[in-house]
Amino acid sequence: MSISKKGTRAPLWLLLPAAVVLGGLFLYPMYQLGLLSVLDFTQAQVSGGRPASFVGAENYTRLFADPQFWSVLGATVLFAAACVVATLAVGAGLAVLLTRISRVPRLLLSVAAMAAWAVPAVSGSTTWMFLFDTDLGFVNQLFGIEGFNWMYDRYTAFALVGAVVVWASFPFVMVTLYAGIEAIPKSVLEAASLDGANAWRAFWQIMVPILRPVLAIVVIQSIIWDFKVFTQIYVMTRGGGLAGQNLTLNVYAYQQAFASSEYSRGAAIGVVMMLILLAVTVLYLRTLRRSGEQL
Amino acid sequence: MRAGRRLLDTMAVLIALVTVFPIYWMVLSAVKPAGEIQSLEQRPWTFHPSLDAFHRVLAVNDFGRYLLNSVLVALVVVLVSGLLAFLAAVALTRFNFRFRTTILVSFLIAQMVPIEALTIPLFFLVRDVGTVVPGIGLNTLGSLMLVHTAFTLPFAIWMLRGFVQAIPDELDEAAQLDGAGRFTVLWRILFPLVAPGLAAVSVFSFIHAWNDFLFARTFIISEADNQTLPMALLVFFKPDENDWGAIMAASTLMTVPVLIFFLVVRRRLVAGLGGAVKD
Repeated sequence: MSISKKGTRAPLWLLLPAAVVLGGLFLYPMYQLGLLSVLDFTQAQVSGGRPASFVGAENYTRLFADPQFWSVLGATVLFAAACVVATLAVGAGLAVLLTRISRVPRLLLSVAAMAAWAVPAVSGSTTWMFLFDTDLGFVNQLFGIEGFNWMYDRYTAFALVGAVVVWASFPFVMVTLYAGIEAIPKSVLEAASLDGANAWRAFWQIMVPILRPVLAIVVIQSIIWDFKVFTQIYVMTRGGGLAGQNLTLNVYAYQQAFASSEYSRGAAIGVVMMLILLAVTVLYLRTLRRSGEQL
Repeated sequence: MRAGRRLLDTMAVLIALVTVFPIYWMVLSAVKPAGEIQSLEQRPWTFHPSLDAFHRVLAVNDFGRYLLNSVLVALVVVLVSGLLAFLAAVALTRFNFRFRTTILVSFLIAQMVPIEALTIPLFFLVRDVGTVVPGIGLNTLGSLMLVHTAFTLPFAIWMLRGFVQAIPDELDEAAQLDGAGRFTVLWRILFPLVAPGLAAVSVFSFIHAWNDFLFARTFIISEADNQTLPMALLVFFKPDENDWGAIMAASTLMTVPVLIFFLVVRRRLVAGLGGAVKD
């Protein structure tokens, strides 16, 4: 705290530009989102023909009475959970693998993972779509299932989108956990192997407890990302799949607002999503606090 | 022991190959001649590479323009958000004031906000602001620069904080004893030392802005000239028959800059991430 003197206004000036941008484009829209969700705001109000009226909780009660909302919410939770579990399993497995292989394969694997990480969501989606295309897809031809459309069935469509999500997000988990494992003193792991612990036990009983704080961050970060997947679903299932079978909350809110002009309903879904993620965030902060981080 | 290691090595190489395979396929399909792309017997190689698809994408569909738009948006976002984040990070590490912790926590929370849900109010905000300031209304690149600056800021500040913290306080104290003003300390002492951190932050901001599909789709509705890559790419999806060659060529064009960027700063990125995760 060296440039600081008591009561100086310097930090205010330094924070001001960021505060203006965040206030205008973050806080204000969040307030507006809440406001929209308690108004009656559809196409008629957008074009200025009719004034928006206050309807209280009506958007929410109608939303909660709609079976589609519950089905989409369930799908979102299951899809996110499956993606998180798969991403963590692959990422953690490969992180451990990285510690046990020679230099060249290690370099190859980490460069490959970095490359997958770098691919923009849109190009990743289009590439996988081509790979799994009904007739021209390499995968269908390889396995002799030409004519099979992965997007017709709700579950195969979700599985394919999930695969793209995992492919793009396991590198973050792998790299972070690998860095964490490398930071564990070699002597600890050596002592364990001298005591006869195999790789499986060494992982669960030594690495996992030491890496708990890093693991917590990786888990929560993955939950938040996978809950919000938008581009892959929007591009690969063409905005939510046949009859909306592949909608998740995010895409659902977007489609309600911009495709059906039900802006208030979209905003209400957005608020629900925000509250769910807020709960996850609180959990995240408590974990950080417990692992003794200083803010 | 030796055999076990060889087995693991082989496994790692195989996994690496599977991981890059989609990228290989993308680039390969971009240079395959049209006949091989529409073939019912796709081969994982080609003996007749052609730049037809790239020609179709760049010359016929004016993709160069969208590429330029994307670069422009990403660069402005990197510069502005980097600068604002640097100032804010200094304020949050070098000074102690009321609400400091509150502000920090709010940056953390801001990262969790589903920005997709904010498209709805932001759409109206941008529309209304556009009637007053035409440069940042709907259909402008300015609107994209603005929202991406805002959305990259919380993470950039959070990450840069770790880098500023790592610079010993004694350094600015010594400079101040030598008569340097606050401004000099900020630009001559702290800024150069944080530069590596700024590079890592820039990569994240760049990628965030470059990859954005959502806002490009929402804000740029009628002005085709101001589209960015992700939206322009979807033009090649047609109801009757997708132009896969062009889609893969366009995807390649969109991927290559980020890929190079990522691989070049690989080490630094990991270090930066470690810093962000640890702090």
